[in-house]
Amino acid sequence: MTLNTLTIAQARDALRKGETTSVELTQACLTAIDGADVLNAFVHKTPEIALDRARAADARIQAGDAPSMCGIPLGIKDLFCTEGVPSQAASNILKGFKPNYESTVSGKLRDAGSVMLGKLNMDEFAMGSSNETACYGNAVNPWKIDDRQLTPGGSSGGSAAAVAADLCLGATGTDTGGSIRQPAAFTGIVGIKPTYGRCSRWGVVAFASSLDQAGPMTRTVRDAAIMLGAMAGHDAKDSTSADLAVPDFEAALTGDIKGRKIGIPREYHMDGIPAEIEKLWADGTAMLKDAGAEIVDISLPHTKYALPAYYVIAPAEASSNLARYDGVRYGHRATLDAGDGITEMYEKTRAEGFGPEVQRRVMVGTYVLSAGFYDAYYNRARKVRALIKRDFDEAYASGIDAILTPATPSAAFGLGEMANADPIQMYLNDVFTVTVNLAGLPGITVPAGLNDAGLPLGLQLIGRPWGEADLLNTAYVLEKAAGFVSKPSKWW
Amino acid sequence: MSTIDLETARRVAKLARIRVPDENLPELAEQLSGILTFMEQLNEVDVEGIEPMTSVSPMRLKRRQDGVTDGNMQDKILSNAPDAREGFFAVPKVVE
Repeated sequence: MTLNTLTIAQARDALRKGETTSVELTQACLTAIDGADVLNAFVHKTPEIALDRARAADARIQAGDAPSMCGIPLGIKDLFCTEGVPSQAASNILKGFKPNYESTVSGKLRDAGSVMLGKLNMDEFAMGSSNETACYGNAVNPWKIDDRQLTPGGSSGGSAAAVAADLCLGATGTDTGGSIRQPAAFTGIVGIKPTYGRCSRWGVVAFASSLDQAGPMTRTVRDAAIMLGAMAGHDAKDSTSADLAVPDFEAALTGDIKGRKIGIPREYHMDGIPAEIEKLWADGTAMLKDAGAEIVDISLPHTKYALPAYYVIAPAEASSNLARYDGVRYGHRATLDAGDGITEMYEKTRAEGFGPEVQRRVMVGTYVLSAGFYDAYYNRARKVRALIKRDFDEAYASGIDAILTPATPSAAFGLGEMANADPIQMYLNDVFTVTVNLAGLPGITVPAGLNDAGLPLGLQLIGRPWGEADLLNTAYVLEKAAGFVSKPSKWW
Repeated sequence: MSTIDLETARRVAKLARIRVPDENLPELAEQLSGILTFMEQLNEVDVEGIEPMTSVSPMRLKRRQDGVTDGNMQDKILSNAPDAREGFFAVPKVVE
C-alpha cells in the first residue's frame, strides 16, 4: 500500500508507532500530486512548506507531543487565507494576493502539526456547483467511465478530486449551499458541513456570511471526525463562532444507533429525480432501520422554497462582501485610460477581475437589495428562511435525531455539459443541500453506492444544531452498512 | 414573470460598479429576468406575521472592550496594494 492512500486514522496510528514518518507520507503525496496535474486539483503547490512542516511534525511525534492531525498531509481550499501563499478564491481579482496572516481554521490545522501540501481548486468565490467558474480552469473528477471528463462538483471541487485521487489524506472545504457535500457525493468521499458557528470564518474569503461554514473532506467518517475536531472551536475574531466546547467527535463513533429516530422528509421526493437516486435513498433507509433506528416519515413543508430563498440571500450577501474588491488594497487593478477617475477604476477592475457567474450574482444581489426591491425580495426571502428553519425545529422538537436525504439529484455530469444551460439548471444541484445552510444545521455526505454507469452516489444526513458527534456516529453506521470501498481507477 | 429591461440592467451594473458593454446588456437583462422569475416563487408563501431571520443560531453576539487590539503594521497592510506610495494606498484623482 502506498502511503498517500492511507486514511488519516491509519496514518496517525502508523506515525505514532514509528512505522512511517510524516516526511515519507508527505513525499508520497507530493509525488502523487505531481503525477496528477491533469486533474488540476492543486493550483498552488507548496512542497517546501510541506516538507518543513513534515520535519517539524516528525520531531513533535518523536517527542511524544502529537495531536491526531500531527504529520498528516492535507490540501487547503484556495478560499482559506494562508500566510505568504497565494490565496485568491480562484478569482483573477485576487491574482497575486499573498496574505500576511493565516485563517483561523488553517492555522488550527497548522498548529496541530498537519502539513499543507498546497492550495486547491474551487469555483470562483465558491460560486458554482461544477468547478467550472475557476480562474485556474476546471478541476477534473478522478472518476471516469467513458471519454468524457467529469466534474468533481463544486465549489470545493479541487478538494474533492484531491481526496478521491489520493493526492492528500484530507482537505478543507467550505459550504455555503452544498459546496462540501455535493462534491463529496460526486467523488465518493465524506464531507461534513458543521453547524453554523462551529468553525471560525475568520480568514476565509467571504461569500455569504450567514451561510458559509468550513468543514473537512475525507475518505472516511472517522477521518472527518478527527479532522473536524482540529478545525472547530471558538474564535474571538469571528463574532458568530460559538463559544462551546468541542466534543471528542471520534470517541462518539460507537456504531450504536438503536432507538434513534431517523426522519425521511416526504418533500424530498421531487419530480424529475432519477430512479437510481430514489433507490439509493430507500436502500440507505433500510440500512439504518436494520441497524436499529426507527424510521419516521416527516414533513418539511417549505423545502420547495429553499432554493429561491437561497438565491436571493446568498447573492445579496455576496454583493455586499465582494464590494471590497475595488482594485485599491489588494489583487488586480485594471489599466486605466487617460482621464479615468476612481469610478472607472472600480468598474473596469471588477469587470476584468470577476468571472461571469460572480458578476451575475453580484448584480442579482445588488438588485434585490436596491431601493424599492428590498422588501419584495430580500426581506421576503429572509422570512421564508425563518419558515424553513422552523420546519426543521419542529421535526427535531418531535423527537427526530437525524434526517436522511439524497445528497444530490444526480451523479457527476460531464464538464462543459451545462455550458449552455440556464443558470437555474446549475442551481438545482443544490436542491437537497441548501436547506441545511439556511437553517444553520450540520449535514454530512456519505458515499453509499455506485449508479448503473459506475459513478459514486452519496446520501446526506442532517443533524441537530451542535449535534455533530451524534450525526457523525449515524454517518459511521451508514458508511459501514453501505460498505462503499470503490475507488476511481487511475487513468491520469 | 419578471422582466428586466435594458435600462434596469444598465442601472444594476452601474450600482454594482461592474462595467458591462452595451452589446452584453440584452443577455444580462435576460439572465436577470430568468433568475428573478425563479425567485418569485417566494410570493406563494404566506409570510404573514413572520419576522425576517437575522441570526442563524439563537445566541447573543459577544461583546468586547471597545479598544485597540491590533495595529502598527502599515507595511504588511500595504504589501498587497496594486499601488502604494509613501505609506498610503494610491488611487486615481477623486476630486477635480
